[in-house]
Amino acid sequence: MSKRNIPAAEITAAVKRLAIESNYFLGEDVIAAISEFKELEASPAARALLDQLLDNAGIAAEGQVPLCQDTGFAVVFADIGAEVCIEGNLQAAIEEGVRQGYQEGYLRKSIVRDPLRRENTGDNTPPIVWIEVVPGDKLTLYFEPKGGGSENMSRVTVLKPADGRGGVIDFVVDRIRQSGGNPCPPVVVGVGIGGTFDKCAQIAKRALLRDIGTRNPDPYYAEMELEILDRVNKLGVGPMGLGGSTTALDVFIQAYPCHIASLPCAVNVQCHSARHKKAVL
Amino acid sequence: MSEPVRIDLPLDDDRVRSLKAGDVVSLWGVIYSARDAAHKRLVDLLDKGEPLPVDVAGQTIYYMGPSPARPGGVIGAAGPTTSYRMDPYAPRLIAVGLKGMIGKGERGAEVVEAMKSYGAVYFAATGGAGALISRAIKGAEVVAFPELGPEAIRRLVVEDLPAIVAQDAHGGNLFIDGVAKYRRDEAEA
Repeated sequence: MSKRNIPAAEITAAVKRLAIESNYFLGEDVIAAISEFKELEASPAARALLDQLLDNAGIAAEGQVPLCQDTGFAVVFADIGAEVCIEGNLQAAIEEGVRQGYQEGYLRKSIVRDPLRRENTGDNTPPIVWIEVVPGDKLTLYFEPKGGGSENMSRVTVLKPADGRGGVIDFVVDRIRQSGGNPCPPVVVGVGIGGTFDKCAQIAKRALLRDIGTRNPDPYYAEMELEILDRVNKLGVGPMGLGGSTTALDVFIQAYPCHIASLPCAVNVQCHSARHKKAVL
Repeated sequence: MSEPVRIDLPLDDDRVRSLKAGDVVSLWGVIYSARDAAHKRLVDLLDKGEPLPVDVAGQTIYYMGPSPARPGGVIGAAGPTTSYRMDPYAPRLIAVGLKGMIGKGERGAEVVEAMKSYGAVYFAATGGAGALISRAIKGAEVVAFPELGPEAIRRLVVEDLPAIVAQDAHGGNLFIDGVAKYRRDEAEA
């Protein structure tokens, strides 16, 4: 089989660029969704808050300033084509890209070296890197700066198979209700169903890479996404939890095979600053 | 929506007690940024009976850790962080005179009790509007714990910082009232 070589330096340069761009430029899909929900929003105060978010996106892009001071934990998904050969160390190349991007982009360094002793690493490393081997000769990098406020509201549970579809929906809706204003609503909800305790959390995070308005290709889950979205937006939580009909911009479900005994379910909450960018090398 | 009410800082007791949950406000004057690590240090100092590096009496604390300023800039993105993480510390600071807090998300029962007892108000700023809010910050200077980096205490001069009174000194709570007003589900919460 022929191999295609990708030098580590190219990966570093791409990650650096993605770190900066994802933090300065809100996706067009998010901007469009906030605008559309604003038209439907019942609360005048909530409409004013949504206007602030739209203004904020413009100011950030124009001034090359981060959308939010929380420029996130650097989460990178690397889909490596089976025919790709990395010249160098992939993990180290991604880490160096994070280091350069957060330094040169004036992004906040939000990572502590140890969860209990809490000394800042000073360069926002290490990143969280998920590597998957896929067919082909390309390397696709997805960069998702994940803010702490919404991550803190995320949860994993393992339901009984008997809890089924309804149990999953109740768990997700209840999580968003209990999160209130903490995760910066309107949120985007990543839902992982199936796999193991850890796998369902990982696919919930990966689901957040989707663009707003895109549906799960399986009609069963596409319909379930819209049902959850409707229920969440009837909670009244609203922008910043101060009341309104705009609590979530979208719900993305990712499913995976699971054990006959289990029904793992994860909710990864994403704030309205639903940042992610992609590069194909 | 009604025009924001201008609030000049620092707050006095009468002004604090005049504010009601749901009031849309615009903040002007001096505030201090502090988040998790700085709060822990302030309360550790109080525990040891030592003076605080910033006298919080009458002041307003903004739960915020900015991104770095560009060269020549005042500050980077500067939106609020989630407030409940400061709940374990806030009643101690309110007891020594803190009058205002700015953050996002609801405060817990112990903070509410302290706000009622001593007279303090909690403002919600718009989470995730860090670039927009940075424009309201006209001066920023690290005044304590510089080694904490983004978590250092900064003295900020603000002009027209947009906020909403989320929880007031009388127990009024927009997180409850606002949500109840727009709730459309039948299920028991």
